[in-house]
Amino acid sequence: MTIHQPITAVPRAVNWNRLQDDKDLEIWNRLTANFWLPEKVPLSNDIQSWATLTAQEQQLTIRVFTGLTLLDTIQNTVGAPALMPDAITPHEEAVLTNIAFMEAVHARSYSSVFSTLCQTADVDEAFRWSSEDPNLQAKSRLILQEYNATSSPLKKKIASVFLESFLFYSGFYLPMHWSSRAKLTNTADLIRLIIRDEAVHGYYIGYKFQRAQEALSEAERQELKDFAFGLMFDLYEIECHYTESLYDEVGLTEDVKHFLHYNANKALMNLGYEALFPDEACQVNPAILAALSPNADENHDFFSGSGSSYVIGKAVATEDDDWDF
Amino acid sequence: MLKVEEPFVLVTPSYSDGEGRGAVHKQVIRFLNDADNRAQLRGVIASGNRNFGQYYAWAGKVIASKCQVPVLYRFEMAGTDTDVDRIQHGMKEFWKRQS
Repeated sequence: MTIHQPITAVPRAVNWNRLQDDKDLEIWNRLTANFWLPEKVPLSNDIQSWATLTAQEQQLTIRVFTGLTLLDTIQNTVGAPALMPDAITPHEEAVLTNIAFMEAVHARSYSSVFSTLCQTADVDEAFRWSSEDPNLQAKSRLILQEYNATSSPLKKKIASVFLESFLFYSGFYLPMHWSSRAKLTNTADLIRLIIRDEAVHGYYIGYKFQRAQEALSEAERQELKDFAFGLMFDLYEIECHYTESLYDEVGLTEDVKHFLHYNANKALMNLGYEALFPDEACQVNPAILAALSPNADENHDFFSGSGSSYVIGKAVATEDDDWDF
Repeated sequence: MLKVEEPFVLVTPSYSDGEGRGAVHKQVIRFLNDADNRAQLRGVIASGNRNFGQYYAWAGKVIASKCQVPVLYRFEMAGTDTDVDRIQHGMKEFWKRQS
């Protein structure tokens, strides 16, 4: 007897030994090698340091982290899943599931910081604040509009790269600032893990954007570019208000804005576009750069003019099997 | 296989994971495994992303160590106008000193 049922499309089984795009496996390997959980970071070592912050500084920190939690929540539940129907290889879909899950880990991490360092009432207040703050809500809405199912696959990718490579940085600034003052250094270690993940996400989605764009006409590419710069301007305006509302009272607004310009340019570079902000506007406080990449600048490179001698690297970790000399 | 027969400076991206592994791209390793190519290498310029923390532009350090040449410069991603100026100026000075 034949049973008639509605036809359900069955996906092809994913074969990782037949790749259409080597980048999918490369990124899968990077992301899985970089996997981490907040339990790995000894956050409780920051309890004494937390107590040295003023009440105002504590409130600022908790608010900044709830703002970051909201963006990670959006990326986990809406952003990364919204990119999946547009994936052009089954491996890309698999990578996006990894990205989605890591965003959940990021969102979860902030709660680990809260439960280790903060009073429940203060945290509850900050979550209430995050659901009401007009700037945080406005930038979330702008991004969510583009994640809508009717939006074009390429505009979704632009929005995703802007969230991961630009919008997070008004928040990431603060733990880097504390770290540069030798405060909350373990929390900063955790944030650096998030920052590292976001770089891979922004790179990968930006790469897929550039590949997809290759099939478009010059006019279509120009339309997308106008859209991207327009969205960046709109987000930047909101980020400026957001930054002022949070950082004016601690006198850090101008410093944060330099960091925003610098990261906006990097977000645009992920999409293959030129910088928007001139170098003068992107002079990030060296203490913040040093907190972002500790020890990376212990040796000066020759062309910067700041060092007097060449640097020839000492022993470093290499994959020696690949080098045959 | 690409063969270089005069002194050159290698400009390379960096792709390391969270612990510095795999920073040098396979194609670059294959290129440098050629002893003739390696003999002409005078320096390395690496691009990267500070988001990778201490492993920012790590490929430059790995190659410098392996091939005993200097890291001449590092820049982020596609570079800025300042980076372009510094590299153009720096390369001119560098070749002058080499000759």
